[in-house]
Amino acid sequence: MIGIYLILSLFVVFSVFFIRKREVIYSLVILFTVLQWTLTIYEYLNLNTVQFYYFTPDAIGIILLFVLSVLATTSFLYSYIYLGNRQDTPIAESIYWSALILLISAISCAYLANHAAITWIFIEITTLSSSVLIYHRRTESSLEGSWKYLFICSVSVALIFIGILFLGLASQQAKIGDLFYSNLFSKARSLDEFWLKAAFLFIFTGYTAKAGLVPMYTAGIDAKDKAPSPAAAIFSSALMNVGFLGIYRIYSIAAQTNIHQWAKIVLLISALLSLLISAAYMLRVRSFKRMFAYSSVEHMGLVTIGMSMGGAGLFGAVLHLILHSFTKAGLFYQYGSVNRVIKSKYINDAGGYFEKNTSGALVLLLGFFIITAVPPSGMFISEFYIFRSMFDNGYLWLLIVTAILLTFIVSAFGAIIFKLLFHRQENVNIYEDQSSPISIWESVPQFVLLAGVVYLGFNPPAVLVNLINTAVKSFG
Amino acid sequence: MVNLLLIFFIVTLFVCATAIRLKTFIKAIACQGLLLFGIFFLRLNEINTVNLVLLLLETLIFKAVVIPYFLHYLIKKNKINRESDPYISNFTSLFIITFIVMTTFYLANTLRGGVFGNIYFVVSMITIFTGLFLMISRKKIITHVMSFIIMENGVVVLSLTVGIEMPMLVNLGILLDIFVTVLVLGIFANKIGDIFKEAEVGHLERLRD
Repeated sequence: MIGIYLILSLFVVFSVFFIRKREVIYSLVILFTVLQWTLTIYEYLNLNTVQFYYFTPDAIGIILLFVLSVLATTSFLYSYIYLGNRQDTPIAESIYWSALILLISAISCAYLANHAAITWIFIEITTLSSSVLIYHRRTESSLEGSWKYLFICSVSVALIFIGILFLGLASQQAKIGDLFYSNLFSKARSLDEFWLKAAFLFIFTGYTAKAGLVPMYTAGIDAKDKAPSPAAAIFSSALMNVGFLGIYRIYSIAAQTNIHQWAKIVLLISALLSLLISAAYMLRVRSFKRMFAYSSVEHMGLVTIGMSMGGAGLFGAVLHLILHSFTKAGLFYQYGSVNRVIKSKYINDAGGYFEKNTSGALVLLLGFFIITAVPPSGMFISEFYIFRSMFDNGYLWLLIVTAILLTFIVSAFGAIIFKLLFHRQENVNIYEDQSSPISIWESVPQFVLLAGVVYLGFNPPAVLVNLINTAVKSFG
Repeated sequence: MVNLLLIFFIVTLFVCATAIRLKTFIKAIACQGLLLFGIFFLRLNEINTVNLVLLLLETLIFKAVVIPYFLHYLIKKNKINRESDPYISNFTSLFIITFIVMTTFYLANTLRGGVFGNIYFVVSMITIFTGLFLMISRKKIITHVMSFIIMENGVVVLSLTVGIEMPMLVNLGILLDIFVTVLVLGIFANKIGDIFKEAEVGHLERLRD
C-alpha cells in the first residue's frame, strides 16, 4: 500500500504542478484526500506489518497519521477558501497545491518509516516543500522567512545525519549492522554507550528544529508567521509531530540502556528552556501568528516533559500532542479569516473582531479557553496527567516552575485574544469593502475540531486509548 | 596515498578561510569534490558497477562540476561583489581554523581508542566544524551556501569512517535530497539577490520580536 501511495502521490504532485487548470487541480486534490484516508485506514488494519521493506506502522505512527489526515482534509478546504480570496497567478497556485500535497505525503511516510535514514530522507523533503509554501506570498519578508527556515533546517538535518552515522557506528559495534528502529530497540542494551550518547545529542538537536524546542526553535517561528494560514496550521501541528516522533524514536532506544537518566536530563533542560523562552516572548510578541507559534513551543515543551517522565506522563504527552494539533490548527484557520477583516497583522492595531465576525470570534474565544487548558478542555486532562507524573516522580520544583511559567503564558495569551475580540479603537484598520463576507459555514469545521478536543479529552474512544497504551507499553 | 589526499583536503579548508575572492572559494570546493572522489576510489574494496556509478555521480559530477558551476552562475547573474566579506580578518579566520585542526587532532590522540585513532574521523570533524565556523563568520548569503556545502563534504567523509553500508535505495535518496537542498538554497539565494540588491545577512532582519 505504501508503495502505491508514494507513486500515486508523486503522480498527483507532478500533475498539479504541470496542468495548472483549477478544475483538474481540485479533482486531483479530492483524489489525494481519498488516498490519504485509504492509507490511514489500511495502515491501521495492518498494524505492525512490514511493508515495502522499510515501513512498519506502529501505534504512535498510526495515531499521528490519523491526526495528519484530519488536518490535511481541513487544510485543503481552507486552502481553497484562502486562494479563492486572492488573485494569484495560476503558476503560484499550482506550486502551492503541489508543495502542500508533497509536504503531507512526506510527513505520512516519515511517520511510518522504520529505518532511521528513511525517516531522514522524508524529513528533508518536508523542509524543501515547506520552504516553498512559506514563500507563497512572494514578499520580501516571506522570502526572508523561507530562507531562514530552509537554511536552519538544512543545517539541523545535516546534524541529524551525523547523529545517524554515530548510531550506525554503535549498531556496527553491537553487530546489529543496520538502522531499523525495531532492531536497534530490541538490541539497545548491546549498543556502545558513548556513541549512543553522541547520536542522541546530534539527533535530538537536529529534530528540535522541526519539533519547535530550544535550541533550534527559531526557524519554525518565522515559518509559521510567514506561511499562509492553512499551511501554518500544518506546520504547527503535523510537522511538529514529525519532530516529536524523531525524538521519541531515539529516546525510546536510549531509554532501554544505562544512559536513560542522562537522556532524561537533556530532554528536561530543553523542555524547561522552551517554556521559559515561550513565556518571555509571549509577553512581548507583536503579531498574532508569532504568538500562536510561541504557544506551540510551550506545548511542545510540556509534551517533552511528559515524555521524559514516562508512564502516565507519556500517555498524557501523546494525548496532549493530538489535542494540541487540533486546537492550534483551528486557531490558525480562524486567523486566516481575521486576516480578511483586519488589515494589520500587529496586535497593537487590532480590535473589535467580535462585531465583525461573531462566529469566528467565538472560535477564537473557545480556542483560547481550550488551548490554555481551562476545563472542559480536553487539554486539561492531558496536562493533568503530565503534572501528576511530575509529582509522582518527585519533580516538585519542576512542577512549580512550570506552573509559574504557564501562568505568564495564559495571561499574555488572554490579554492578546481579548484585545482582538473586544477592544474598541478609533483607528482599527478594517477592510471597508466586504466583497467576500465571511459566512458562518467557514467556522463550522473549526468548531468541529474544537469539539473534538473536548470529546477526545473526556471520553476518548477505546481504539485511541488502546493505541496510546500500546505506544506507552512498548516504551518499556 | 589516502593520507596525502586527506592532507590536501585540510589544505583546501585553509584556502577557504583565507580566500579573498569568491572564485577562489568555489575552486576550493570543486577541488574538495575531486579529492573526495580520490579518497572514495582508494577506499573501495571491490569495484562493482552500481557503486562506481553512484560514486562518480556523487563526487565527480555533483560536487566537482555541477555545484561549483551553479555557484559560479549565481555569482555572475546576481553581479555579486567578488570579495567574500568576512566579519573578521583573514588572519583571525586562519588562526581559528588552525586551532580547530590542532584541537581535533589533540583530542583524537588523547582519547585514543576505537574510532578516535581513525584519520577519517579527525578530518571529517575538522571539516564539519570549519563549515560551521565559516557559516557564522561571513556576511554574504552565497558564502553561507558554500559553507553548508563544505559541512556536507565533512559529513560525507564521516560516512567513510563509519563504513556502514547503506542500502542502494537509501543511498540514492540521501544523494538526491542533498543535491536538491543545495539547488533550492541556490534558488532562494538568487531570489534574495534579486530583491535586496546586496545579498547580505544584514538585510535579513525584518522578522523579529
